[in-house]
Amino acid sequence: MTMTAETAPATVHMQEPDLLQRIKAKYFATRIDAIVSVAFGALALWIIWSLLNWAVFDATFGANRGDVCREDLHGGACWSVVSTRWRIVLFGLYPFEEQWRSGLASLVMLGVAVLSCIPWFWSTRRLPILWLTGFAIFYVLMRGGWFGLVEVTEQNWGGLSLTVFIFAAVSILGMPLAIVFALLRRSDLPWISKTMALIIDTIRSLPLLSIMFTFAIVMPFVLPDWAIGGKLYRVIVGYALFFACYQAEIIRGGMQALPVGQEEAAKALGLKCRHRIGYIVLPQAFRNALPPTINQFVITFKETSLVTIIGFFDVMASGRAASGTADWNFAVIEMYVFVGLIFFVFVFSLSRYGAYLERRLDTGRR
Amino acid sequence: MPAILKNRRIRSNGFQLAFVGSILLMIVVFVTTAQTNLAAQGLTSGFGFLQQSTGWRISFSLFEYSTSSPYWHAILVGVLNSLFLGAITLPVATILGIAVGVMRTSGNGMAELIGASFVEIFRNIPLILQLLFWYTLLLALPSPREATQLFGGVVFTGRGVYVPGLNVTAGSVFLSALILLSAFGAAIILRSKRWSQIDGPYPIRERRLLIAVAVVAAVVAMWLGRIPETSLVSIPVQKGLNFKEGIRISPELMACVIAISIYGAAYIAEIVRAGFNAVPKGQSEAGHALGLTGWQIFSRVRLPLAIRIVMPTLINQFVWLFKATTVGIAISFTDFFMVVSTAINQSGQTLELIGILMGGFLIINYSIAWVLNRVNDAIKLKGTQLRI
Repeated sequence: MTMTAETAPATVHMQEPDLLQRIKAKYFATRIDAIVSVAFGALALWIIWSLLNWAVFDATFGANRGDVCREDLHGGACWSVVSTRWRIVLFGLYPFEEQWRSGLASLVMLGVAVLSCIPWFWSTRRLPILWLTGFAIFYVLMRGGWFGLVEVTEQNWGGLSLTVFIFAAVSILGMPLAIVFALLRRSDLPWISKTMALIIDTIRSLPLLSIMFTFAIVMPFVLPDWAIGGKLYRVIVGYALFFACYQAEIIRGGMQALPVGQEEAAKALGLKCRHRIGYIVLPQAFRNALPPTINQFVITFKETSLVTIIGFFDVMASGRAASGTADWNFAVIEMYVFVGLIFFVFVFSLSRYGAYLERRLDTGRR
Repeated sequence: MPAILKNRRIRSNGFQLAFVGSILLMIVVFVTTAQTNLAAQGLTSGFGFLQQSTGWRISFSLFEYSTSSPYWHAILVGVLNSLFLGAITLPVATILGIAVGVMRTSGNGMAELIGASFVEIFRNIPLILQLLFWYTLLLALPSPREATQLFGGVVFTGRGVYVPGLNVTAGSVFLSALILLSAFGAAIILRSKRWSQIDGPYPIRERRLLIAVAVVAAVVAMWLGRIPETSLVSIPVQKGLNFKEGIRISPELMACVIAISIYGAAYIAEIVRAGFNAVPKGQSEAGHALGLTGWQIFSRVRLPLAIRIVMPTLINQFVWLFKATTVGIAISFTDFFMVVSTAINQSGQTLELIGILMGGFLIINYSIAWVLNRVNDAIKLKGTQLRI
């Protein structure tokens, strides 16, 4: 015991420089480094200080009426707009008494998203079951009409729950579509692979907004009456198609990284085509393509906000509406910051998770 | 199963036929339904409507446009506005992105911290939200009466930013821009020659001469295109409730430029960072050994190598960023997409206009990718230069 007590500090000291030395090495290594550090540090402090001034010290929290808040303003933020009108941002026009359903439904989908980050769920059976069950619960809760719940039609959906709905529907619809697209594009039959390549490349070079717009406004014009469906569902289909084209290229990249021997070995063992794809090719392709896939989900979640341009009442649009009344119209920035924070929390945690996964998979492969 | 279906060739041909046939069938259904719908509305399909006058106004246009201008003028205005926005935002985003990427790999803790915060904040919030944020801030700037004029006559107001401009015709500006662009293009081609004839003469003098001649020619073109009886430089002056003279940059354009540049820069910074990390350490060590200074190692060794490594990724990013400019419709910036959607509302010629929109984007995106791929081919490292 005494031996270790005597030797331990010395070895620790050798390996790890103390805090002061580390700071010196990181911020003040050379004279230029010191200047840069001080300059950037001053800039950062100034930005943080002005932000704090605006958001905390000069801000108004208590007022629950717009005119009171406006009079209290000393150039700071008016957070009362959030505390009084957050329900619109989260639930949109959903009936007040039923809003717990909307909130619960979003929590269920959030739970599904968190659960699917656990490797135990990463199988061709468990993951689809998880998402489909979650989505079904979400839909029943939101739509109602069963189990004694009052029916609330899609027109009244809004806010964060609509964003979650669009994101979940696009993922559930888009992922199988992406796998099909990737397989068709990789097909040995030249006409199928070339046609698919043309479709994928064309859709990929168009802006998402124009695809959504086409499906929302133009599709009723060219579709036979029975296939028109609701505007929301058309936009979801269009977005899913767009998602599938990007995701198909990611999956194809993952397949190309597979050694040819894998599929040849499966063939030699006499596996059928669907078994080869389902048990050999796809699992490995997804493992290769996991980081870009998560990145794609991040982008997809962020870009659901574009539906506000097509005229849907998602979290973005409801944020604008919440501060759009004459009472609160001076507090738009506060509302944008609030909505931005909602997006940031989701997107940041998902992208951090993706980065963690990338590191983990990378070390596993070496 | 009948024997004929077991034949591999017949089966695969059948699959292909069914696949392509069903897609063609879908297109046929679309077109026939559209035609019956058009007939019900009393519209005729075709591109004749492009000659009719529009009857609506466009707030921002690079050339003369009025309500009596035909549809194809309006669409051209939209295309030019989109290209104009892209031509500003792509370079700004690249420069800002490289700066932040350098900060993140500089080894200085404070710079890395600021660079990382920049990337994480602006990459994780939707572009449209950032756009509306900047737009709201720009509209909240003081009114022209209360605004103070900064050095050089620049003034920030809620109605736009006023900067000094030149009293020259639009044609001469276009001509000089064309001269400069083609000169730079030629310079890049000359540069690529250098690699193909490694023992040939080094064409740096020719390149410098070319650029110098082009700059002089551009200035002359501007000078010849002066609008008579005005001073060459026009500085914004306050007149009544507004500013006159100079160039007004509308809040819409300004917000689009700020938001898209920053959003793009956050992504480009990550790409550039990956590029710097991929440059082998031996390269900068070799630079040290040769006695180069830190700045020389950065500007002559690490930056050129990093840019070459990430060029293919950057090209994809540029195409993506150009597509992202369509988000300007959220604040009514009249770009290609906005003009087409307004035209659809006004004329009802849905299919034709969607066709124009898609065709336009395909052409523009493929051109961007094609030009940048040529640049990439010209500057990329040949052979095994990076395997160290």
